[in-house]
Amino acid sequence: MSELTRLTAAETAAKIASGEVTAVAVTEAHLARIDAVDEKVHAFLHVDREGALEQARAVDARREAGEELGPLAGVPLALKDIFTTQGVPTTVGSKILEGWIPPYDATVTRRLKDAGVVILGKTNMDEFAMGSSTENSAYGPTGNPWDLTRVPGGSGGGSSAAIASYQAPLAIGTDTGGSIRQPAAVTGTVGVKPTYGGVSRYGMVAFSSSLDQGGPCARTVLDAALLHEVIAGHDPMDSTSIDAPVPSVVEAARNGSVEGLRVGVISEFRGEGYQAGVMQRFDESVELLRELGAEVVELSCPSFTKALAAYYLIAPSECSSNLARFDAMRYGLRTGDDGTRSAEEVTSLTREAGFGDEVKRRIMLGTYALSSGYYDAYYGSAQKVRTLISRDFERAFEQVDVVISPTTPTTAFPIGERADDPMAMYLADLCTIPSNLAGNAAMSLPCGLAPEDGLPVGLQIIAPAMADERLYRVGAAVEAAFLARWGHPILEEAPAL
Amino acid sequence: MPGITREEVAHLARLARLELSSEELDHFAGQLDDIIGAVAAVSDVADEDVPPTSHPLPLTNVMRPDEVRPSLPPEQVLSQAPASEQQRFKVPQILGEE
Repeated sequence: MSELTRLTAAETAAKIASGEVTAVAVTEAHLARIDAVDEKVHAFLHVDREGALEQARAVDARREAGEELGPLAGVPLALKDIFTTQGVPTTVGSKILEGWIPPYDATVTRRLKDAGVVILGKTNMDEFAMGSSTENSAYGPTGNPWDLTRVPGGSGGGSSAAIASYQAPLAIGTDTGGSIRQPAAVTGTVGVKPTYGGVSRYGMVAFSSSLDQGGPCARTVLDAALLHEVIAGHDPMDSTSIDAPVPSVVEAARNGSVEGLRVGVISEFRGEGYQAGVMQRFDESVELLRELGAEVVELSCPSFTKALAAYYLIAPSECSSNLARFDAMRYGLRTGDDGTRSAEEVTSLTREAGFGDEVKRRIMLGTYALSSGYYDAYYGSAQKVRTLISRDFERAFEQVDVVISPTTPTTAFPIGERADDPMAMYLADLCTIPSNLAGNAAMSLPCGLAPEDGLPVGLQIIAPAMADERLYRVGAAVEAAFLARWGHPILEEAPAL
Repeated sequence: MPGITREEVAHLARLARLELSSEELDHFAGQLDDIIGAVAAVSDVADEDVPPTSHPLPLTNVMRPDEVRPSLPPEQVLSQAPASEQQRFKVPQILGEE
């Protein structure tokens, strides 16, 4: 493996800016790494070799012309296949969009290109971002680089697996109930769900519009911050985009500290269902924060016990409405149009053929929750729970600066283990969902390996809405302390592929 | 709250325009019944006097100036259509013969 693929994004950008290496050489090294390992990992659904090299050549030309380059110019990135890319296939992991070539770029895609970031390709994901294992992809599962027989988390398993296996130093994910943070946790990488509205959703295929949020995936906290600043900020094309300055996350990542900080530990996030090794590493992290000068406060957020139930009513309800646009008329798959069938029959046959099981389950669940007679009991009650969860967070943030928890109750589970047991699968998002419902900011970063299986454990940090910089300030301090303790980044303990 | 029957799943599938097979109806009925049983936990708060939250941001009627801007050329948009004719999306019959 080329040493160029081991560098952080910050190191890579500095070497390109100084002329020590070219963006083309960096891109070629990563394309070679993809060729060498992705047959085993299956992180990518599509590799855009030509587009990547063209972008890299443009960055090199700009440098040679003496132009000032952005902080991530020439750095390769793996883009979740939920963001539209002009002229490059976008499938959302679904057969219903197989072969679709979007005629426009998502705002996130556009900002990456404008920043000189090199998009290597599109990464595998659970179909329409519905899942916690990437097994719901219509194009086959992705392996966890730590153990290819286990899941890389989901829905953004492809993005996290790509960075954990050095196929890219950066990736973009989306987080509706944990789809950035949970894959980061189980692959030993860093993932951030920015404040809802912090990153534009324009051109991001909608699953649950009041919860969906794009964000950065990286191997270090600083790299995540650099990427965060490139993609964040107000966008007139997304009416729910926040019209306020982007939190200073890079500055925070460069100045990690928890001295005098109040850190809340939520008592509801432990007990039955939590793996012993996960809790051991979490408790050690709490101890570490104390040693670093933080004040740790035990908190109770009683409504969090209903977060999972509320989420599995709200997200399916919104998805049943959002996915109604897949009607086989204007783009995407159309089947059964033999000249005798009505448009409605063709729509039903196409949706049956084009959607996988989990998508069908959630569409029907949402249709049920929104139907007259059940609406108040299900969707209406779920919206009340959402209010109670926000209030629990508000009370917590009156007492503490950030809240921490394990990111996910267990380490990576074996491929197939929960594939046909939806309720077991949903439990993977137990600790991540409350932040989506409240719309605040959260990060997952590695806090060690579980002793019983040697697999990565994630520490979740949660900050109030628009206080994303706190995640990075705390995350950078924790990361530095663990690095000093371990003597190397945790990914170096992953077996060679 | 009541469980969900195979017939209800068939009804939901019709509403959602999903032409489910008979095996799928059996399979999904059991799973949806389990899921609905679990998510029914939210109904504990049904009678509480709590305002609903539909969205994390308190935004209403976000406006932008109504300016004429270039749009995508028709041939580019129609290039992704399952079928097109005379610069239009071509769709199966939507009304009866008579």
